[in-house]
Amino acid sequence: MAGRGRTFGRRLGSWLVDGYAALVLAYLLLPILVIVLYSFNKPAGRFNFVWKSFSLDAWRDPLRYDALVEAMKLSLAVAGISTLVAALFGTLIALALTRYRFRGSAPVGLLLVLPLTTPEVVLGSSLLTLFLDLNVRTGFTTIVIAHIMFSVSYVALTVRARIRGFDWTLEEAAMDLGATPLRVFGKVTLPLILPGIVAAGMLSFALSLDDFIITLFNAGSSVTYPLYVYGARRAAFPPQINVIATAILLLSLFALTATHLWQNRTLRQQPGRPLPPV
Amino acid sequence: MAGTAAGGTRQSRAAPYLLIAPGVLWLTVFYVVPIVSLAQTSVEVAGGPWWDGYQRALTGYGTHFFRSLRYAFAATILALVLGYPLAYVIAFRAGRLKTLLLGLVILPFFTTFLVRTFAWKTILNDGGPAVRLLQQLHLLAPDGRLLDTTIAVIGGLTYNFLPFMVLPIYVSLEKIDRRLVEAAQDLYSTPRGAFQKIVLPLSLPGVFAGSLLTFIPAAGDFINAELLGSPNQQMIGTVIQNQFLEVRDYPLAAALSFVMMFLITLGVLAYARLLGTEELA
Repeated sequence: MAGRGRTFGRRLGSWLVDGYAALVLAYLLLPILVIVLYSFNKPAGRFNFVWKSFSLDAWRDPLRYDALVEAMKLSLAVAGISTLVAALFGTLIALALTRYRFRGSAPVGLLLVLPLTTPEVVLGSSLLTLFLDLNVRTGFTTIVIAHIMFSVSYVALTVRARIRGFDWTLEEAAMDLGATPLRVFGKVTLPLILPGIVAAGMLSFALSLDDFIITLFNAGSSVTYPLYVYGARRAAFPPQINVIATAILLLSLFALTATHLWQNRTLRQQPGRPLPPV
Repeated sequence: MAGTAAGGTRQSRAAPYLLIAPGVLWLTVFYVVPIVSLAQTSVEVAGGPWWDGYQRALTGYGTHFFRSLRYAFAATILALVLGYPLAYVIAFRAGRLKTLLLGLVILPFFTTFLVRTFAWKTILNDGGPAVRLLQQLHLLAPDGRLLDTTIAVIGGLTYNFLPFMVLPIYVSLEKIDRRLVEAAQDLYSTPRGAFQKIVLPLSLPGVFAGSLLTFIPAAGDFINAELLGSPNQQMIGTVIQNQFLEVRDYPLAAALSFVMMFLITLGVLAYARLLGTEELA
């Protein structure tokens, strides 16, 4: 009986832990539910903060506010350019750190981590000080510069984590078989590291699209999507903001699922290699 | 000594430096140099001693600093209490649901930070469902509010940085060799004993990393305080932003930034000592 009592106690304990974890997940997801729900709201006034009645109006006319559309376009352009540049720079650093042992690799590692442990207000304000010192007008270019800066670290660290412990002798094998360096890179190296770069690029794109604090300091009179949302708290907060947020969410989910499936397939084609961490 | 078969030629010795050059140059020009120029700005006082900005920062904004550290500390503890069990369940008990649950944890990243915080404003609004429920349960006075309170701000901070706590803890739990836990059970350890002696100590690096990733951005954040709080909950981030973008008192703004970084570093070092974590990175 004592043994049975104990297993019951253990099982109850496990249920409690699972239930607790489920509640924490619910806390994480509740605001997302609210965002999606309120994209179907027909608010009484200019602010979409109180539920009034169900409506598809905002979904029928998502591009109604020109300023919002322009802000979204700007955000996408910034995210696209900064992701491309950061993916290139970050991947090169990750390759150097995993492939070579060289003097100065430790300081480079530190230089990558430091921006991630600096508060965003400081990152944003210090860049602004530099631009002010140099008399650079803040705007589109300075936003892109700032976004590349914080994305390089994320890309380098993500790609490095993904490609650590790869079997690089494959490259030598290809060279022994007479492949040119360019061909080795295209046929062996790139396919090996590409999944890591794609994952890092998606992270960098999402971070750029989301960034508010650093952008606020370096935007000048340019308005990105988060800046538009911030300004909307004073003038008007239309449900179209929620529609766009929901659309971003759906597109991200789609991209995530697609790359997940693609990476699983790539991995199955290369047997004998352990699965990289998520 | 690195001169092995592949690394002997001059070309391959230069290769790593060529690879890191663009990224390192970018980080130097747009991260290191700005921090230096921020330091310079903080002591370039017109018509006063160099420490004038720091003096005003410390005497005028002590409450803001103290409040920011308090809120960030509370949010970090809460995120740990909420996040650790979630990370544990995903790592050890989720089975085939693991990928799905991890996806749900990072799902908030795909809706804009600001829009999520506005969603909390909707949830906590006066006359909203949360307020009405708490009033019916007599946990909140009939004229009581959730918005513009300390609870709302700390709740918002906890919410926004919770995934940053869960993910590192999950990674460190995932790395633990399951055979260690089985060995402990074979040696008649209770589940609690195995958790305390094996799982918890091995997950401390994740706890440390997660706490940093929560505490540092929370201490510098001003969105939650601005959207969910009243001026009574104003944090140091708001002051810095105001001084930089509205008042344009640059020496004071720069000094405020440095004092904040100094305080955060102190907190991080104290925490590292407390946990006895060797690996800081």
